[in-house]
Amino acid sequence: MKLSIDARKLACPMPVIKTKKALEQENVTALEIVVDNPAARENVSHFAGNAGCVVESVVETDGDFTITIVRENEENERLESPAEKISGKVLFIGTDVIGKGNDELGAKLMKAFCYALTEISVPPRKLVFMNGGVKLCVDGAATLENLQTLASRGVEMLVCGTCLDFFGLSAALKVGTVSNMYDIAESLLCPDAVVTI
Amino acid sequence: MGFQHAEDAGVYKINDDVALVQTLDFFPAIVDDPYTFGQIAAANSLSDIYAMGAKPITAMNIVCFPQEKLGAEHLRAMLLGGMNKLQEAGTALIGGHSIDDEELKYGLSVTGIVHPDKVLQNNTPQVGDHLIITKKVGTGLINTAQKGGIFDARTLKMSADTMATLNKYAADIAGKYTVHACTDITGFGLLGHACEMIEASKAGLRLFFSEIPLLPHVLEYARMVLVPAGTYRNKQHRKHQITNLKNLKEETLDILFDPQTSGGLLLSVPADQSTELLTELLIQNIDAAIIGEVTPHADKVMVEL
Repeated sequence: MKLSIDARKLACPMPVIKTKKALEQENVTALEIVVDNPAARENVSHFAGNAGCVVESVVETDGDFTITIVRENEENERLESPAEKISGKVLFIGTDVIGKGNDELGAKLMKAFCYALTEISVPPRKLVFMNGGVKLCVDGAATLENLQTLASRGVEMLVCGTCLDFFGLSAALKVGTVSNMYDIAESLLCPDAVVTI
Repeated sequence: MGFQHAEDAGVYKINDDVALVQTLDFFPAIVDDPYTFGQIAAANSLSDIYAMGAKPITAMNIVCFPQEKLGAEHLRAMLLGGMNKLQEAGTALIGGHSIDDEELKYGLSVTGIVHPDKVLQNNTPQVGDHLIITKKVGTGLINTAQKGGIFDARTLKMSADTMATLNKYAADIAGKYTVHACTDITGFGLLGHACEMIEASKAGLRLFFSEIPLLPHVLEYARMVLVPAGTYRNKQHRKHQITNLKNLKEETLDILFDPQTSGGLLLSVPADQSTELLTELLIQNIDAAIIGEVTPHADKVMVEL
């Protein structure tokens, strides 16, 4: 389904917010949005790219810009991805230790767990790291090598940017993509099963 | 001082010992709470005086106020907020003017004094200098996200506190060191004002993006493209000066050119004094950082990630 939105006379960030809301509707495959200034044109196009869409065309008429956005075909993307044997599971990792009782033991268990993920035949589809979990993805982490192996096999990794900032680790991130609460919430609410560590 | 170059404020030499520094700024409300808005408007108006190395002595209010819509209590709270910052700055409020207007706007005209030889210009950095910023960056993105309905109370509070902080403290400390150039970061964004610093001089800049202190969620909002319209103009104006533009993500540029309200000072200081100055700023709980250096590549900016 193709949606049309008139976002003229709206100040930033409203054109972006309207684009975001439209693309969140599952049955929307394409979107035509009209804006009346170059700042909105740039911001909407940039947002569409970040949201996994393609800007098919931008047409200018009398100072208005009509932006046509098309959702990328997800089926095609999955086939092209290097990891063919990936389970549908999403792992939410909100800590750098496994379980409660003893943190030294917990850290060892986490290291062993990440190693085990590289050995099992069907790894998870996505790992989401928040709070202490982000420490597993940074320079010097005992888990880094195994996570990098998983990443090279096509396992997607979202690392909470706010958490990295909080721990002062933004510059030390070595694996995964810095992410935000929106993308993370979307990942956790996907139809795939989510397992919390 | 003439008009060939855009200084932060006007300077008029009275005699060999005293020059007057005058500035005026006002803008629409950027936070809901009237007292806080008053504080921010005053901190912002005073900032240009500090950026010139001067001491603010008197101020006058400029008020555009929708009497019917907001009522006297709102006005009173806003002016009290302004007064609060003037007192903190040791500046006397000596008058003002108000008109009825559909949209609330508030600001001040501030007069300061400085020794004519100690005026800090904004376009005289020297090659080899380090650049120090004295506030966190991202108030424009946070305001815009809030307009889009995306915000959290802690971030808004931190942003408001940052905007309401006087640049007086940073300026007082910087006054003890050699400062080759100084400006305050406002509407053109960090990189816009940094570019102004090297404009028409024989200097360039190298900025270290990862060293720039950011308010919470700013990266996230930039990724979500909750970007104010002013950022686009700022980028268009200065993009051509960035030598590694192709390697930079849009979100990086949207932070570098984020219009700031009552932003921090940007100080260009000799490299052998920068660490000591930074340490002193940090001890006073000022969110300062060394974010770049002045290079010999005239008018060019290189952004390291």
